[in-house]
Amino acid sequence: MGMILFDLLFELALIFYFAATIVSIIELFKDTKVTSKIILSLAGTGFAFHTVNIIYRYVTAGHIPITNFHEATSFFSWCIVLIFFMLAFRYKIKLLSSFIMPIVFVLMLSSSMLPREIKPLSPVLQSYWLEIHTVIAFLGNAAFALACGIGIMYLVQEHHVKSKRPGGLFGRLPSLQTLDELNYRLITLGFPLLTLAIITGALWAESAWGSYWNWDTREVWSLITWFIYAIVLHARLVAGWRGKRAALLSIIGFLTILIAFFGIKLLRKGLHVFL
Amino acid sequence: MKVIVVGLNHKTAEIEVREKVAFDGSKLDEGLLSLRGLPEIEEAMILSTCNRVELYVNVKDPVQASESIKTFLSEFHNVNRELLDKSLYIYDDINAVRHIFRVASSLDSMVIGEPQILGQVKDAFEMALEKKTTGILLNRLMKKTISTAKKVRTETRIAENAVSISFAAVELAKKIFTNLSGKVSMLLGAGEMAELAARHLISNGVKEVIVANRTYERACELARDFNGRPVKFDGFLQEMVRTDIVICSTGASRYVLMKDQMQKVMKERKQRSVFIIDISVPRNIDPEINALDNVYLYDIDDLQGIVDTNMFERKKEAEKAEKIIEEEIEPFLKWQSSLDSVPTIIALRDKAEEIKREEITRLLHKIPELGEKEKEAIEYMTTAIINKLIHPPTAALKEDSEDRDILIATIKRLYGINGEEKK
Repeated sequence: MGMILFDLLFELALIFYFAATIVSIIELFKDTKVTSKIILSLAGTGFAFHTVNIIYRYVTAGHIPITNFHEATSFFSWCIVLIFFMLAFRYKIKLLSSFIMPIVFVLMLSSSMLPREIKPLSPVLQSYWLEIHTVIAFLGNAAFALACGIGIMYLVQEHHVKSKRPGGLFGRLPSLQTLDELNYRLITLGFPLLTLAIITGALWAESAWGSYWNWDTREVWSLITWFIYAIVLHARLVAGWRGKRAALLSIIGFLTILIAFFGIKLLRKGLHVFL
Repeated sequence: MKVIVVGLNHKTAEIEVREKVAFDGSKLDEGLLSLRGLPEIEEAMILSTCNRVELYVNVKDPVQASESIKTFLSEFHNVNRELLDKSLYIYDDINAVRHIFRVASSLDSMVIGEPQILGQVKDAFEMALEKKTTGILLNRLMKKTISTAKKVRTETRIAENAVSISFAAVELAKKIFTNLSGKVSMLLGAGEMAELAARHLISNGVKEVIVANRTYERACELARDFNGRPVKFDGFLQEMVRTDIVICSTGASRYVLMKDQMQKVMKERKQRSVFIIDISVPRNIDPEINALDNVYLYDIDDLQGIVDTNMFERKKEAEKAEKIIEEEIEPFLKWQSSLDSVPTIIALRDKAEEIKREEITRLLHKIPELGEKEKEAIEYMTTAIINKLIHPPTAALKEDSEDRDILIATIKRLYGINGEEKK
């Protein structure tokens, strides 16, 4: 009975995100006044089901539901939608959903295809670090996902302005400066979270296995990601790498995150066996 | 009750003719009152702009009225009648309504979609309201006109994109920078179009203007105009480190800014974006500069290209606007034709009331001893009778049917209401 309800909530969230994605893509081609409201209400409904699904799993399992790959991917999407709504209400960026909802939908679709049963948690992992480490890590990654979406928007708008043929989305996309600043802001949000995730991960590793750093595949990839975003920030402050370069790097950074996230799962190696 | 439009515009009349018939300043007051004073005219308003002079009037007989309006125009402005006949157009009925809607929606303008016309229509209507020269028909028509024009503006993109070089430049600046208010602009050289672009930037928030010119006196002069700061021409490169928007029009025969120079500038400004508008012919800025990151260079042809595209877009949007207007015309005409039955309904009710009054007076005369209670009962009963009798014909008259004209005539004849309408 419990499993059926999980599934139902998850499926509903998936369906509403799918609908929001479709309308978001339509919005790219057809400029109407109502689409953005429709998108927000569809995504909002999906988010509500999604939240209940996560809470319900939490209560049933007795710990945060980020202990198998299905849950992790689902929680990752949830964090992205959360930050998306924060941006949508704070900055009212037009067309943002067209560049974010597809990412959310693809993640949710992958999540839906993974085994969903709650397995008993290995005693090694039963620690408050589980909650702290995973939530921080996924919130950080979600901020980078948004930075990637904004980076793509920047490249599209930059292309319009540079090519001297402002057509297409030129009129509706925000200004280059707005996009660049938002991209920077998201990275300055994601970077400390990523740093903190690595630190809490190390502390957790120490308490579980007795050593802070084990050169586990995920650890290595987090380090690579950390360096990429460190370069983004450093180059910006020192050499003025803003605009197009910053946008490109934030896209590369997020691709690295995705490769690390899904790649490790496919290889099934290392200490992060559950994720 | 019929609306007609008598007017001329930039398509039918040369500027010399338009000037002569314009109702500018005090002429408008006077003209409006004399027009309303004509015996054929029941309501009137005048729209007079530099591109058109149009009289919107409510008349009984369009043919007679348009004759007398023409005579009025020729006498009032002291213009040759033949000249007027050549330039004037007259619309009546559905064509008049359509024309007024199209004018206010800026479909009939020289630059389609230009936003001023709606304001001018509103002003003209307000003037007429102030002078009390309009009534039920024109008031309703103008309210409908204004709401239709607003609908066109919000539901189509007819007024969305810039159709002049300087506005196109401002629009681009707004897509590069979030906010123009903190930005520094530089006027490199001078020229009518460069100054116009600078003025548009200022009105869109740019506060600081640096003026560089080969002749320093000219730079000072321009700087005073723009409340800016003059600099020596040789010094412009240093200033570019602080400048976000450059408008260049120097009249030099070769490039005044090369790619390697710009590269250095960009390094010094930590790659913050620069928007450079080169409106000089021949060009004054090395086009290669556009290849640098965060530098956006537009020359006059680029801007003209945008203007042309936008103009084309507006024409496409205009087709949507025409459809909106067609949809709005019919409900108005329906309402207008329903006005035809109003006088008959009033006359019918008056007639019934009159009969009731007469009969009650006669009765009270015969039986003077009636008490207050009885009088009240009689009053109540007679009112109920006439209401019940009048109700079906009134409802039929109000109904929107094709044979309303016949119905009106029949009811007038059956109840012996004569043709004269009560106002």
